[in-house]
Amino acid sequence: MIAFVKHQIKTFGLIELFQGLVLTGKYFFKKKITVRYPEEKTPLSPRFRGHHALRRYDNGEERCIACKLCEAVCPANAITIESEEREDGSRRTTQYDIDMFKCIYCGFCEEACPVDAVVETRVFEYEFHERGPSIITKERLLEFGDQHEAQIAADRAVDAKYR
Amino acid sequence: MTFLEFIFYVLATIASISALMMISVKNPVKAALWLVLSFIATAGVWLTAQAEFLGLVLILVYVGALMVLFLFVVMMLDINVSQIKEKFASYLPIGILTSIAVFIILYMVVGPGHFGLEKYLPPEPFSAGYSNTEALAIPLYTEHAYAFILAAVLLLVGIVAAITLTLRRQSTTMVLYQDIDKQVKTNAKDRFKMVKMDAVVEHDIPKVEEDK
Amino acid sequence: MFDLLQSWLSSFLYDWLAILITLVIQAVAVVLPLMLAVAYLTLAERKVIGFMQVRMGPNRVGYLGMLQPIADALKLMLKEIVLPSQANLYLFIIAPVLAIAPAIAAWAVIPFNEDGMVVSNINAGVLYVLAISSIGVYGIIISGWASNSKYAFLGAMRASAQKISYEIAMGFALVTVLMVAGSMNLTEIVEGQRGGLVNWYWIPLLPMFFVYFISGLAETNRAPFDVAEGESEIVAGFHVEYSGMAFAVFFLAEYAMMILISFMTAIMFLGGWLSPFEGIPVLETAFAWVNGFVWLALKVAFLLFLFLWFRATFPRYRYDQIMRLGWKVLIPLTIVWVFVVMLMKYTNFGPWFN
Repeated sequence: MIAFVKHQIKTFGLIELFQGLVLTGKYFFKKKITVRYPEEKTPLSPRFRGHHALRRYDNGEERCIACKLCEAVCPANAITIESEEREDGSRRTTQYDIDMFKCIYCGFCEEACPVDAVVETRVFEYEFHERGPSIITKERLLEFGDQHEAQIAADRAVDAKYR
Repeated sequence: MTFLEFIFYVLATIASISALMMISVKNPVKAALWLVLSFIATAGVWLTAQAEFLGLVLILVYVGALMVLFLFVVMMLDINVSQIKEKFASYLPIGILTSIAVFIILYMVVGPGHFGLEKYLPPEPFSAGYSNTEALAIPLYTEHAYAFILAAVLLLVGIVAAITLTLRRQSTTMVLYQDIDKQVKTNAKDRFKMVKMDAVVEHDIPKVEEDK
Repeated sequence: MFDLLQSWLSSFLYDWLAILITLVIQAVAVVLPLMLAVAYLTLAERKVIGFMQVRMGPNRVGYLGMLQPIADALKLMLKEIVLPSQANLYLFIIAPVLAIAPAIAAWAVIPFNEDGMVVSNINAGVLYVLAISSIGVYGIIISGWASNSKYAFLGAMRASAQKISYEIAMGFALVTVLMVAGSMNLTEIVEGQRGGLVNWYWIPLLPMFFVYFISGLAETNRAPFDVAEGESEIVAGFHVEYSGMAFAVFFLAEYAMMILISFMTAIMFLGGWLSPFEGIPVLETAFAWVNGFVWLALKVAFLLFLFLWFRATFPRYRYDQIMRLGWKVLIPLTIVWVFVVMLMKYTNFGPWFN
């Protein structure tokens, strides 16, 4: 009998409904977590996997030795490498293309690289409007690496002890 | 012709045309919709005759509730229209004759011979404070109270009969019914128990040998 | 005001032309602000629900997203109206019109303040609103049937059954108001509530206030009663096949009905345009300059906020539970309360019956 009365009070007093309303009412006044993107940005990890780059040694020599490990490990077959002997006898790539439409940004190429040549940078704000430019050539990758070398080096240094 | 008369003729035309369409159109759903239009136009005609209450109740009850249910049923049923309309042409002459006969009889009974403007002057327009509802309610609840109650009881009997006819409960072994009252009354407490316990690591699981 | 306009117009025009022009001007004077209110109600909805989900809601177009509804309207107007093959074209196109026409027509009798700011102050105002808003269901049924789509049809079936069920509870709730007020004229109903907060009808009719508002939620197919749309079950219900402006018209109709229900609730239970400070010595004179329309608008804004708050809070009802709530809970409750009000009236209970 008491349970019945209790149930009726609970039902017709709309108690549970009011509890729900109070909860959402509280959240109405909470600080909002929205990030207004172009003006505000979320912090990025040094391990962030964005646009690719090819690095150089301090003396200006390109790091990549055309070992093709990245090409082998790439799960999306996005990397194409052709190599040839250079005049000074060292092995270097003649072609190093990354198809950004195929790439899934898994970071395996970066992990496979024995000389830290191919890296993924923090840059993620880029876009393509046609198919041609989406395949990034060696020259553009090297140029991109030169532009962002300071940031890339700093990120590698922070992450070095975990690698 | 005053503005009011103009509106009356427009509404009357709509009502008659939609009534004609209702009986001549092939699709039953469309027929029901033409009937709705006819009802609305008729309600408008009643409004021009200063019978606001009746007009609005016509819309509320017939258009708002009854025809919706009608449409509901007509839409759900798969009516074979061609079968129904098969003999339309052969019955048409009889239908026309009958309707003419009915019209003549109606004209003789309620036509201008008995209710014309010579016999009855047009009624005085009501003053602004006149309440149509009250005028209808007072005789209904005083003079005709018994008839009114009788009608109400009749409707109640109809409701009870309709419910008992449609409420077919099979035995629960054959069909599973949901008892919403019971569902609503359940508490989390009756259904499961929350147990608080410390995080325990079970040590007797053998370690996996690593590759050598 | 409009009487003056009409008499001035008829001084140099035909009578019927003067009446027609006045009617058109009156209609525009009601419909334009209404459409603007609807546009900003959509923005308010997205903002309020966003805030309750700890988001910001639209904030890109204009300052704080203030131009968002205009951008939306522009987008919808430029989109193509897709006519499904096998659809019944006439009915398909007429359905949105049938949805929005009652939602706008009902505004003819809504009084906005004490100075007679009303298009037509008819005696059976409550009945008129009830009758006109009951036609609104045809837009939904016809759109569902004419679309030649199973989802739309299911939505239409659900909507029609739900609307009929809740109309009865709504009607009975209104009957109690009529019993207390002794009139069907909306202006007289509001005037009957004069004398401050406690004289408003929401106190003697508290359960009816809830019943009316809940039925209003169901009538407008708003959450938690939005099974007619049921995004997760039947895609978008009756308006799946509609796109562009045809869809927008359904949208406008739903929101116009929401505002209408809020106005009706405010007028019948919350004292309409009466100030809540009536009878309180200092505050009454301090707020005496405020126009009645402001109070009414504030009350309506609060009720509309409730609509949005409910949508952000409650999960959708199951269909059979909706039917149970309507027929087995709300209707018996209203019938019981009709008798309670009858007793109150017989005993001249409180300040409401005198």
